[in-house]
Formats: sequence, structure tokens, C-alpha cells
Amino acid sequence: MLLRHTSKEVKVREGLTINPAKTCQPIGAMYAALGIHGCLPHSHGSQGCCSYHRSTLTRHYKEPVMAATSSFTEGASVFGGQANLLAAIDTIFAVYEPDIIAVHSTCLSETIGDDLQQMTKKAKDDGKIPEGKYVIYASTPSFIGSHVTGYANMVTGMATQFAESTGVKKSQFNIIAGWMEPSDMREIKRLAKVMGINIVLFPDTSDVLDAPQTGKHVFYPKGGTTVDELKSSGDSIASLALGSVSAEPAAIALEKKCKVPFETLDIPIGLSATDRFIMAISKVARVSVPEEVTTDRGRLVDVMCDMEQYLHGKRVALFGDPDQLLPLTEFLLDLNMKPVHIVSGTPGQRFEKQMRQLLDERSPATNFKSGLQADMFLLHQWMKNEPVDLLIGNTYGKYMARDEDIPFIRFGFPILDRIGHSYFPNIGYGGSLRLLEKILNAIMDRQDRDALEEKFELVM
Amino acid sequence: MRKVAIYGKGGIGKSTTTQNTVAGLAEMGKKVMVIGCDPKADSTRLLLGGLQQKTVLDTLREEGEEVELEDIIKAGYRNTRCTESGGPEPGVGCAGRGIITSVNLLEQLGAFDDEWELDYVFYDVLGDVVCGGFAMPIRDGKAEEIYIVCSGEMMAMYAANNICKGILKYADAGGVRLGGLICNSRNVDNELQMIEELAKKIGTQMIHFVPRNNFVQRAEINRKTVIEYDPTHEQADEYRALARKIDENKMFVIPKPLEIEELEALLIEFGIAN
Repeated sequence: MLLRHTSKEVKVREGLTINPAKTCQPIGAMYAALGIHGCLPHSHGSQGCCSYHRSTLTRHYKEPVMAATSSFTEGASVFGGQANLLAAIDTIFAVYEPDIIAVHSTCLSETIGDDLQQMTKKAKDDGKIPEGKYVIYASTPSFIGSHVTGYANMVTGMATQFAESTGVKKSQFNIIAGWMEPSDMREIKRLAKVMGINIVLFPDTSDVLDAPQTGKHVFYPKGGTTVDELKSSGDSIASLALGSVSAEPAAIALEKKCKVPFETLDIPIGLSATDRFIMAISKVARVSVPEEVTTDRGRLVDVMCDMEQYLHGKRVALFGDPDQLLPLTEFLLDLNMKPVHIVSGTPGQRFEKQMRQLLDERSPATNFKSGLQADMFLLHQWMKNEPVDLLIGNTYGKYMARDEDIPFIRFGFPILDRIGHSYFPNIGYGGSLRLLEKILNAIMDRQDRDALEEKFELVM
Repeated sequence: MRKVAIYGKGGIGKSTTTQNTVAGLAEMGKKVMVIGCDPKADSTRLLLGGLQQKTVLDTLREEGEEVELEDIIKAGYRNTRCTESGGPEPGVGCAGRGIITSVNLLEQLGAFDDEWELDYVFYDVLGDVVCGGFAMPIRDGKAEEIYIVCSGEMMAMYAANNICKGILKYADAGGVRLGGLICNSRNVDNELQMIEELAKKIGTQMIHFVPRNNFVQRAEINRKTVIEYDPTHEQADEYRALARKIDENKMFVIPKPLEIEELEALLIEFGIAN
């Protein structure tokens, strides 16, 4: 009982977070930056920040994650980090030769007031950025928001600092990826191709964090949105932002800068969200939905119908990030399951409102909390009071699942102890089918495990 | 060793008052160290006869952690030990962190060790206690007594009251106490009575009333304290008196800061707001 000190009695907490259901802003910025081709993320702060973010991403993807740091010392925190950043930019372009350096700030550099905009401008004015190379930046203080905010800030940075409008529209659409896995981004590109539309997907971590073993180490893998693509996003017909927290801010910025209209959708997890995604593409690009997609959908619906008896009324606790939780909750409701407890450490009124609306309509009794005190401790307490049949969340959930002896599905970020998330999508009809399969396996395995001998069925 | 911190509104004359008083203490045969906690690094100019060439943080930046005490502490008037914390240029970095860093470094390097046989350490801190860094000198184990330089001007009194709030915060945990208000006169009407009343309300004393005298400026232009520039001048006696009063001071209190309404009432009563 590793969490044996978690008490059943829920007390109001104001200043304490225990086992937060979120992590630092820069980790999101670093992940997003890896979705640009030839980009080296740079952490403007002390070395430990960079190490933590790199190692968590490496543990999640089982891939090397390269990133540089301004290596703040005591001196840098007193005098400001400009000298460090300028020296770093020199060294990075000389030694590691990226096309782009994507700088994000840290708690320390934000607190002392380092101004990345001014510093990157100075780097440019001083001729430290070679012709055809770029330095972009995002402000990512961890005492605001979460890793999702950091991701959104860096993606917004891509939009504001790369997109150009030439005045001539291109026959293409932007899809701004909310926080999703390389496998999911690959699936988005596949779906766009099947639907017959040209897209600029950014960021795009496929072929970066799921790169094949070729026997050769490549510092900058072949994947990632290219600079040309990012620049051209300003000439696209429209943008689809997948996720109101992680993707919409970039779409808004792009609309402001280049007047590209946008629509915000959920990340297409589950039947309903994927339906909306496919229909949005169909509408905005004026294409019909090809049979291949309809067939995929049919397969998902078929399994949902066939297996509904095993899922009906099953109680689920889930934790994670807003843009995943929203469509996931909807999917669970579509499966006639009962999401009874939901927490997200990422604060935000928008998400709060969206989730409340969904729950008010379809599951008013659900316990839901987001923000600082919406942590795994609270979720665990809720689970002790109102037990569940299934827990869905990132790897940190395994302690609760073990203590409460509840089936557990790893979903979200980070997943440090299993593989698969970077290779098999959870989005689209096919991805949703995989997610459904996982849910079914978890619940039916448990049914088998707990079945009395006379009730142990060969055919289920 | 008595550890003293001088606070007060920016431009009120903290550095001038501190150095002139330190000169008075040095004249009495006391061994004093002055630590300037201001990025401008001008807290020891009068004692040294010019600006300190290298601040603690300058040396930290240039030589890393390999700093020698001799590099950063210079002997000033009558062998007072003078050092400047220094800090970033205006608008960048974190001056507050700079003070924390340099005070820690001075401790590590043994600037406060017994071998120096110090009678007094003076921290001269810039302006208000705007953040945690500027409160460093009054944290646990650092300065134990505080003098606030003020005048009868409204904003100076506001600042003094505000600083008392800062002291209050650290008084319980760190044991820091308020030694008194030093009135550095600006020739405001009823100034003496008003500061005495303010001191009384806060629960402390006005330890000395330093009359305004342009001779202070003249000495300053010549990079000297009044006592060094003209030991016979009447203003030199004022600083000697202040030095003696501090040396003999026994009244150390936890201040009771006033509510703003109370402070304003005081100003109205003594005529400044009329």
C-alpha cells in the first residue's frame, strides 16, 4: 500500500497540492519545438530544468531528446541571462547546426524578468543568427498554467514568428495539433490525405520522436514541420485547431497576424469528436467523406454495439489534460460508461465551462475539478468514497490502481513504463477502436480474474 | 559585534548619514564594516574617497566562485572595512537576488569572522523593502537592529511606516528589532515634533535629529565624510552625537506600524497637509 496515508475523508485544501495532475510549462514547449524540422529546443534557465524535461520526454518516447540550456549560475540570475543566451546561440549554430533554435523561458528567468523578445532581437542585430537560420521564443513560466500551457505558448510562437501572408492564398489548410502523440499526428496526416486535402500540420513530432532504428544516429530526424510550411501557414484558406487549450491560442494568433479564419475542434478521440473532425474538414474544404473513412467509422460503431454489454454502467475515474479529457469523457459516455471522477491539474475557465456543460447534459453527478488542488490525491480520495471499475490516466496513476486494485489504462502524458503510445494512435475511428479495445481488455481481464470457477466463461 | 541595517526612502540620505555616522564611530575607536546593498555601489564612496572599484558581484561574475576577501573589502577612513554588493545594470536581472548572493558570499568568505574584531557591521540598503532580496540583511542571523532614516516629508514617513511592516515580518522569526528613526531634516514645518510623534506611535524613538546643512554636500563633493573633511565643523558634532547615541542605544523594539488613516491623521495634526 504505497499510498496508505491517503485518507478517505476529503478536506478543503487551499495551499497544498499532493501528486499534481500536471507538470512544468517548458516540457510542453520543448515537446512542441521538437515538432519543427531541424529544431533544437533551448531552455533559458538553470541546467536542472533542461535535464528534467529532456529525461521525462526520453522516458516517455524511449528516444534521445536533444535540447540546449542557458546554464544559469548564481551570476546569471543576478545579472540577467542575456550573456548566457547570446553565447549559447553562438555555440549552438557553430557546433550543433540546427535550422532553428526554439528558446523557452523557465521560472527563474521569468522571475528575474529576462525578456526573450529583446534578447532574440539582439542576437539578430548582433549578427549571431546566420542567414536562413531562425531563433524563435516562447515565454513559459511554470508558476502559471501547466505543461499544456507551455505547449500552447510555443505553438503560438510558431504561428506569430513564422507565418507570413503573401496576399496570395494557397490551396491548403492548417491543422494545428493540440498536444498529441507522434502516432496521432501521423494519423491526422493520413486522414487529410484520404480526405484529399492539402494541410500544413504543426507541430508535427511524427518521424522525430518515433524515428526508426537505422543504425545511424541522426541529430535532426527527418520529421517535423518545415520552416517553409510554417511560413506558408499565413496563406492557408483556414485553420482547424484541435484543442481549445493547447491549439486554439495559435489559431487566434494566426488569425490576428494573417487573417486566416479558424475553427476550434476537440482532439478527435472517440466517435463523436472524430465525426465532428471529419465533418469539419468536409465542410471547410468542400470535400465529400470517402468510403474508406465511412467504413472505418462503421467498424468502430460495430464494436461499440457488440460489446456495449460489458461496458454499460461501468464506473471510470480519469485524470489528465483538458484537451484529451474532454473528448475522452464524451467517448466514455457514448460507450454508456459512467465517468464518475475527473481531475486535471491544468487550470482554465474555458475547459471548466466546456466540461461542466458536457457533464450537465449527460452525467450531472460526476465529480469534476480542475486547477491547483485538482490533484491525484483528491482523485484517490474520491475513488475511496465512490469506487470505480477503471482508472484512466498517465503512469503516475499506477500507484492508485495498485492500492485500490482497479484495472488501469495508461493514457496521456507521461507514460514512463509502457510503450505503444508513440506508435499506435488514439485518435480517429481507428485510434478510438484501439482505445476501446484497451478498455474492453482491461475490464474483461478483470472479469475473468474475479470470476468464480463455475462462472468462468470461454466465450465472452 | 552589533549588526545594524539602515533603511529609508530612496534619496533620503541613507548612505550619507550611514557613512558620516560610521566615521563618528570610527573616531570613537570602533572597528566598523560597511556593506553597501545597492546596485549603484555608492554606499562607501565617502569613506573610501571614491567609488569602490570592484563590487562583490563584479568579482563573482569575472572570477566565478574563486573570490578572495581582499578583492572586495577595502580599508576606508580610519580603517573602516568597506564593501559593495553591487548588482545588475538598471532594468535587467535581479538586484534582490544580488544582495542575497553577495551577503551569503561575504559570510562564506569569513568577512564577519572574529579575526576582524568588528564592533559594528552596517548594512546600507537601497530604498524600500521591495522584495525578499532587500530583506536579506534583516533575515535570521544578519542585522539585529535597524535604523530608519526619514524626514518630515509625507512620502518619507509612508516609507518608514512600510519598512516597519517588513521588520515586523522578520521580528518574530529572526529577532530583528527597530532601534529608532533618524530624522534627516528637510526643514519641513514642525518636523522634529512630527517625527517624535511618529516614533512614539510606532513604539520607538527618534534617536537623533540631524539638522539640514549644506556643508554635508560640500564634503560629499570632495568625497569625504563631514568628520574627515572638517572635524571642527558643527555638523560633524551632529554625526558624532548620532554615533554616540547609537552606541549607547538600549531601546530595541518590535515596531507597531500605523494604519494609513492614522498616519494621515498625524500629518494633518502637525500641519503638513494644511
